[in-house]
Amino acid sequence: MLTTVYLVLIFLIPFVLHQANLPRMLNIPQIYLDEMIAHAIREYPLEACGLIAGLGDEVTKFYKARNDAASARIYTVNPSDYLKADRDAEGNGTSIIGVMHSHTHSEAFPSPTDVAQAPDPDWHYILVSLKHKDPVLRSFSIVDGNIVEESVVRLNC
Amino acid sequence: MAIEVRLPTVLRAAASGQASVFVEGETIGEILKALSGSFPGLGNQVVSPDGSLHRFVNVYLNDDDVRYLEKLDTKVAEGDVVSILPAVAGGSF
Repeated sequence: MLTTVYLVLIFLIPFVLHQANLPRMLNIPQIYLDEMIAHAIREYPLEACGLIAGLGDEVTKFYKARNDAASARIYTVNPSDYLKADRDAEGNGTSIIGVMHSHTHSEAFPSPTDVAQAPDPDWHYILVSLKHKDPVLRSFSIVDGNIVEESVVRLNC
Repeated sequence: MAIEVRLPTVLRAAASGQASVFVEGETIGEILKALSGSFPGLGNQVVSPDGSLHRFVNVYLNDDDVRYLEKLDTKVAEGDVVSILPAVAGGSF
């Protein structure tokens, strides 16, 4: 009997590990994908930034924010814009679950600066690259300096 | 006087998962000190060992960043809300 229990547990280990390593998903309604890309293009040649509110892994709102650094190479989310977005999100029963910013001349991948300054391991870090003819949007989690890409699922609503 | 302090998601784990807590204090400095007293592990993420605010957090009294008020000496009044938010920054290099 005990042997059977052990065998079952041993067979479960790879399954559990696999589950633990599964990359996260981020569900984003099309309207917010469009808004993020439009914001990146509008702010060009400067980096654009904004915050996303959501519940779990679903984005429920995108808040454009001013880039206080007003730079083509770095961004700083305007703290007052963050405070307003945070209050609005909490008022809607959601939370700020991540940040979006653009890379104007590099890939949609977190830079060493992005990794070093990532404040929250639970956040989604959305990058919009304008390097290529068509904008590219990708999302990542950054935990203890490790970058893991998440799959972005477009919701048609 | 108990003042509400709203915490960002990243700091809630250090406060038993609470989104906001009430602590006693007459100034922002006293409130942050009381916060560390109630939740060890929270205070040092907001205030440096030298007693100044960490540059990677922003502390607000209602709508105002306390750096533009009297910093840690900013006085608080009944009904005020203190919000702590991480500074969010990065870049392409």
